[in-house]
Amino acid sequence: MKLVTAIIKPFKLDDVREALHEIGVQGITVTEVKGFGRQKGHTELYRGAEYVVDFLPKVKLEVAVTEALADRVIEAITQAANTGKIGDGKIFVFPIEQVIRIRTGETGADAL
Amino acid sequence: MRFSRTKMALAGLLPLVTPMLAHAEDKLSSGDTAWMLTATALVLFMTIPGLALFYAGMVRSKNVLSVLMQCFAITCLVTVLWALFGYSIAFGGSGPWWGGLGKAFLHGVGVDGLSGSIPETVFMVFQMTFAIITPALVVGAFAERMKFSALLWFMGIWLLVVYAPIAHWVWGDGGWLGGKSILDFAGGTVVHINAGIAGLVAALVVGKRNGYPTTAIMPHNLTLTVTGASMLWVGWFGFNAGSELAADGTAGMAMAVTQIATAMAALAWMFTEWMVHGKPSVLGIVSGAVAGLVAITPASGTAGPMGALAIGAAAGVGCFLGATRIKRAFGYDDSLDAFGVHGIGGIIGALLTGVFCAPSLGGAGFGDGISSIGQQLGVQTLGVAATLVYTAVATFIILKVLDLVMGLRVSREAETEGLDLALHDERGYSL
Repeated sequence: MKLVTAIIKPFKLDDVREALHEIGVQGITVTEVKGFGRQKGHTELYRGAEYVVDFLPKVKLEVAVTEALADRVIEAITQAANTGKIGDGKIFVFPIEQVIRIRTGETGADAL
Repeated sequence: MRFSRTKMALAGLLPLVTPMLAHAEDKLSSGDTAWMLTATALVLFMTIPGLALFYAGMVRSKNVLSVLMQCFAITCLVTVLWALFGYSIAFGGSGPWWGGLGKAFLHGVGVDGLSGSIPETVFMVFQMTFAIITPALVVGAFAERMKFSALLWFMGIWLLVVYAPIAHWVWGDGGWLGGKSILDFAGGTVVHINAGIAGLVAALVVGKRNGYPTTAIMPHNLTLTVTGASMLWVGWFGFNAGSELAADGTAGMAMAVTQIATAMAALAWMFTEWMVHGKPSVLGIVSGAVAGLVAITPASGTAGPMGALAIGAAAGVGCFLGATRIKRAFGYDDSLDAFGVHGIGGIIGALLTGVFCAPSLGGAGFGDGISSIGQQLGVQTLGVAATLVYTAVATFIILKVLDLVMGLRVSREAETEGLDLALHDERGYSL
């Protein structure tokens, strides 16, 4: 089992959710986050005073899937979140040690 | 304020109607009174909530209540002081420097008293709303760092020692600037230059906010600022058209030129910023509107519509430079640009009033005994200079004395925590 974590541009969230739905992903977790990478921050200007805002708003999504589905998830996110411009984000993939569904107590792939 | 000038011009033009006008002066006009009751309410609305919200949006969220509190408390404090002494000092009697104490405690201001064609009570409250907004404008200069107790002392003393006498100089019976035929219809000198200069001195004496200008100190809610600026615009019809103290043609023209100059100044600021910085900003367009309102204020009884357009354009560009370039060049922390907008806009307006009152430029005419733009400009400049010097010196002395007696600034810790919690034990937002 793999945990696929992706940081993407906020306006791409709907596209990514649809793409994941199409390949059969059952659930995702979404968090609004701030940060910077190579895109750096942006500047804001108030009555001529310029301020550099270091952190840009991004969306972090987490998808837990079976080994078999992981590559297709990565591919779907890569395609759906791509604009070709700086700041599209990154995908991190982690191994999952255990998954438990709280309601039933199921574990492993059955709980996904 | 109209007083003699307009009436004399009318009398000269329409000799046949003169007896009727003279008669109207002594009798209550219900039309004028109805308008002035309305105008008075509009001008109060400019301060609370108009100016209060305009300023509140521009500070950080930890100081939002402190600014609202300052504007509200000033409204209350000035009301009481105006009733006790302020009205009398400004309008209590005749003389070049002040009106005396004959009407202190509103002595003799009764139900039947008239001021022109309106009840004196209405005139007194109308003037009170001007006295309220002027010190409230100064708040913008030292926002986010002044002690509330020191602020109350400063505003109370400043009202009686600075505002009320200057109001008398320009508008009072026998006032020395009024006697020189200065044109200040609705308070460019008395209100805006006065508040702007006091703000600049206060910003210098109180000092910069912690971290200014190296750290980001950004407006926390510009929707409040836009709301407040819009209320200011609407309320300003009471301020300018109300300064005619009658419901007549001059009041109508004052409303028209106010609207035109404001819109022009807002566009001028917006386009200048667009050219200089690449994007038009919301704070920019509303600041431009306020700059236009300020600049047209002294000219609103004498400029024509095209003069208003020119005054608006000059104010939009001039105040943009004032709030962005001049402030940065000199490094003072006039936090919300009380000087940048009201001081500079007021000076631009006061001087251009002397130009666009000229009949050849569509204006209503020069002051009594003045026949050229140059002569009028001379008087306008004298008014600006006198106000500038008197306000600057008096404000400096008041602040220095208060600093010795009680201190002007909150502690560094309180400033970092925010004045809302540190001074009022409250927070603006519990989200």
